[in-house]
Amino acid sequence: MPLLAAEHLYKIFGRRPQRGVEALRNGATRAELRAEGLTPAVIDASFEVSPGEIFVVMGLSGSGKSTLIRMINGLHPATAGEVVIEDENLSALKGEALRRVRREKISMVFQHFALLPHRTVGENAAYGLKVQGMSRSDREARADRALEMVGLKGWGESLPGELSGGMQQRVGLARALAAETDILLMDEAFSALDPLIRREMQDQLVDLQQRLDKTIVFITHDLNEAMRLGDRIAMMRDGRIEQIGTAEQILNDPSSNYVAQFVQDVDRAKVLTAGAVMERPEYVIGAEQGPQQAHKLIREHQLDALPVVRRDRTPVGVVLPGEIAAAVRDGRTDLPLTERSASTVTLDTPLADLLADAARRTSPLLVVDDQGRLAGLIPQVTLLTALSNHPAEEVSR
Amino acid sequence: MSTAEESMLPRVRVGDWIDTAFDWIDDNLNILLTLFRDVMTFVVEGLVDLLMSPPPLVMVALFALVAWLVSSWRLALGTALGFALLISMDIWLPSMQTLALVIVATIVAVALAVPLGVLAARNDAVSAVVRPVLDFMQTMPGFVYLIPAVTFFSIGLVPGIFATIIFALPPGVRLTELGIRQVDAETVEAGQAFGASPWQILRGIQMPLAVPTIMAGVNQVIMLALSMAVIAGFTGADGLGKLVVESIARLNTPLGVEAGIGVVILAIFLDRVTSALGNPGRHAGSLLARLRARRTAAGGPQPTTTSEPASGSSSPSTTETSVRAGT
Repeated sequence: MPLLAAEHLYKIFGRRPQRGVEALRNGATRAELRAEGLTPAVIDASFEVSPGEIFVVMGLSGSGKSTLIRMINGLHPATAGEVVIEDENLSALKGEALRRVRREKISMVFQHFALLPHRTVGENAAYGLKVQGMSRSDREARADRALEMVGLKGWGESLPGELSGGMQQRVGLARALAAETDILLMDEAFSALDPLIRREMQDQLVDLQQRLDKTIVFITHDLNEAMRLGDRIAMMRDGRIEQIGTAEQILNDPSSNYVAQFVQDVDRAKVLTAGAVMERPEYVIGAEQGPQQAHKLIREHQLDALPVVRRDRTPVGVVLPGEIAAAVRDGRTDLPLTERSASTVTLDTPLADLLADAARRTSPLLVVDDQGRLAGLIPQVTLLTALSNHPAEEVSR
Repeated sequence: MSTAEESMLPRVRVGDWIDTAFDWIDDNLNILLTLFRDVMTFVVEGLVDLLMSPPPLVMVALFALVAWLVSSWRLALGTALGFALLISMDIWLPSMQTLALVIVATIVAVALAVPLGVLAARNDAVSAVVRPVLDFMQTMPGFVYLIPAVTFFSIGLVPGIFATIIFALPPGVRLTELGIRQVDAETVEAGQAFGASPWQILRGIQMPLAVPTIMAGVNQVIMLALSMAVIAGFTGADGLGKLVVESIARLNTPLGVEAGIGVVILAIFLDRVTSALGNPGRHAGSLLARLRARRTAAGGPQPTTTSEPASGSSSPSTTETSVRAGT
C-alpha cells in the first residue's frame, strides 16, 4: 500500500481557478488558460509513493515541480484532486488539522535552507519540535541526535551564518530528521550547493534513507541527481507528469520525444546498471559436464558463449565456441574454461565500472544476483549498444 | 478668484463636516478624551520629574552611558558634550520636557503602529485601506492637527502630544508592514511546513527577522515626533517648542538659536541610539557587544571539531571537507 498518493491533482493560480480545471479536462491548452488570466501550474498529476522509496520529481524551472511538492504538505491547497497520506485525505483538512499532519507526518528541506539566522544551529534543528510544544531538554536531546546523524555534532551553539552552504543544508536536513516524520519532502535541496558538496550530500541522503527508512519525495532540475537518487522518477513538463519510471525505464523507454531529448545527454554509463542491460542466459552447462555436451549446445543454438554453472547456479566461468571445438578435437574431458571469466559483477554495478573489465577480455561478463547465482551475461556488443544513444530496439534485440 | 459657485459646482463643505464630526466626538466620547488627557498628563509630568530629579550632570553621565552601551565611546563623548551644552545654555528643563514628550509620544505611536503594520502585512485589504490613510496623515500639514487637538483637550501639553502621535505614526506602520512582507518567503514556508501556527510564525520568524526594518521605522517615528514636539509649542506644551514660539513672537534670535540647537542635540542623540538598537551587529565597539563577546568567550563551549574520532558521524571525511569549505 502506498504511503503517499496524489490523485488527479490540479493547481491553477488566478481568479476562480475552478473554471480552469473544467477547461483543461475538456481539452483546453495552457496557452488558452493564460489568455483568460489563469496559470495552470500542475495539471492532472497522479502518483503513488511506497514506504521507504525515494521518489524524484524532475523537471525544468516552470514545470510545476515546486508547486507539486508544496501541494503534498498543503502549503498550496489543491484546486482539484486529492493528496492522501496513509488513509487521510489531506485536501479535506484545514487549519489545526492540517498543521497536525505537517507536525507529525511530513517534514521539508528547502532549496535555500530557510534557517532562522537569529537562532543557533541547535535551536534551528529543534524548530519542528518546539512547534510541537516539546520541552526544552527533550527537544535539545533529539536535535543533538539529528545533528550527529548529519555530521554536525558539536556545532549546536554556532549561528547558521557561521557555517558554509553545505553545512547549513545539513542543519536543514537535521531539522527535518529531528521531527521524526515518515515522509521527507526535499525541494531542490542540493541545487544551491557546489558540485562536490552536492555529491557528498546525495551520498549521505541515500545512506540516511537506508538507515532510517524514510520515504522521500525529492525535487530536482538536475537529471543526473534524479538518476542517482531516485528509485523512481517522475518527469514533469509544463505542469504535467510525462512519465514515471525507474531511471533505466526512462532512459531506455522514454514515453515521449521530450523525455527522450531530455535524457539524451545523460551519462548512461553511470545510470545504467549491469542488471538493466544483461541478457538472460538461455542455456547454461553444468560444471561436471564434458566438452562434447557443450559443443553440441553451442552448435545447435548458435551460441557465442556458454556460461558454466555449479548445481546451485553459481557461475564457474564461460566457455567459448573456438576453445570448445579445440577441446573436442584434442579429446579432452574437462571444460576449457576461459581463463579470465571467473570474476563476476553484481546486478547493480553501473556500466562505468564494467568498461575496464570488459576491455580486457574476450568473453562476456557474468552478472550474479545478491545470492551469487548467475543472473545474466553481458557480451561486449551489448555493453556498447547500451552506451550508445539509440536505445530500445538494439538493446532488446 | 473663481469660487465654486462660478464654476457651477456646489460648494462642498468638507471642513464643516469634519468639524461636526469633531464636535460629535467631543460630546460623545468625552470619557475617552478625559482618560487620555489624564493618563498623558500623569505620564509625561512623571517622566519630567524623573528626568529632573537627579542633578543634571548625573543625567548627562547617564545619557552618555546609554550611548556607549548601544553604540560607541565616540557617541558617548559627543552626548556628554552636547548635553552639557544644554545645561550651559540654561535650557535643561525645557529640553527634558521635550524629551519626555517625545519618549511618551513615541511609545504610544509605536504601540499603535506595530500591530497595525502587522495587520496590514498579513491582510491585503487592511493594507489597501491603511495606505491612503497614512498618506493623508503624513502629508496633512502638522499645524492642522493642532486645531482639533486643542478643541478636544484645550491648550497645554496634551493636545501637543496628541498631534505628535498622529503625525509620527505613519512611518512606524509603513516600515513594520514592509519589514514583515520582506521576510524571506521560504523561511515563512519552513515555519508552515513544520506545522507552526500563524501566531508562532509571526512571533518566531516574521517579527524577529523584521526587527531591523521595524527599528528603522521607530527611528523615523522618533524623528517626526521630535519635529512635531517643537510645533506643539504652539498649543502651549512646555519645552523647547515653547521657547521657539516665544522667540518668534518676540523676534528673539539668541533664544531661538539656543532652543534650535537644543532640538538638534536631542535629535542626533535619539537618532544614533535608536539606529544602533536596530543593528546591534554593526556596533562591535559598543559596551553591550563587548560584554556579550566576553560572556561567550568565557562560558559557551566551542564546537568540538567533527574530525574527532568519537564524533559518531557516519562519514567523517564528508564533514571535514565541508568544514574546510566553510572556512
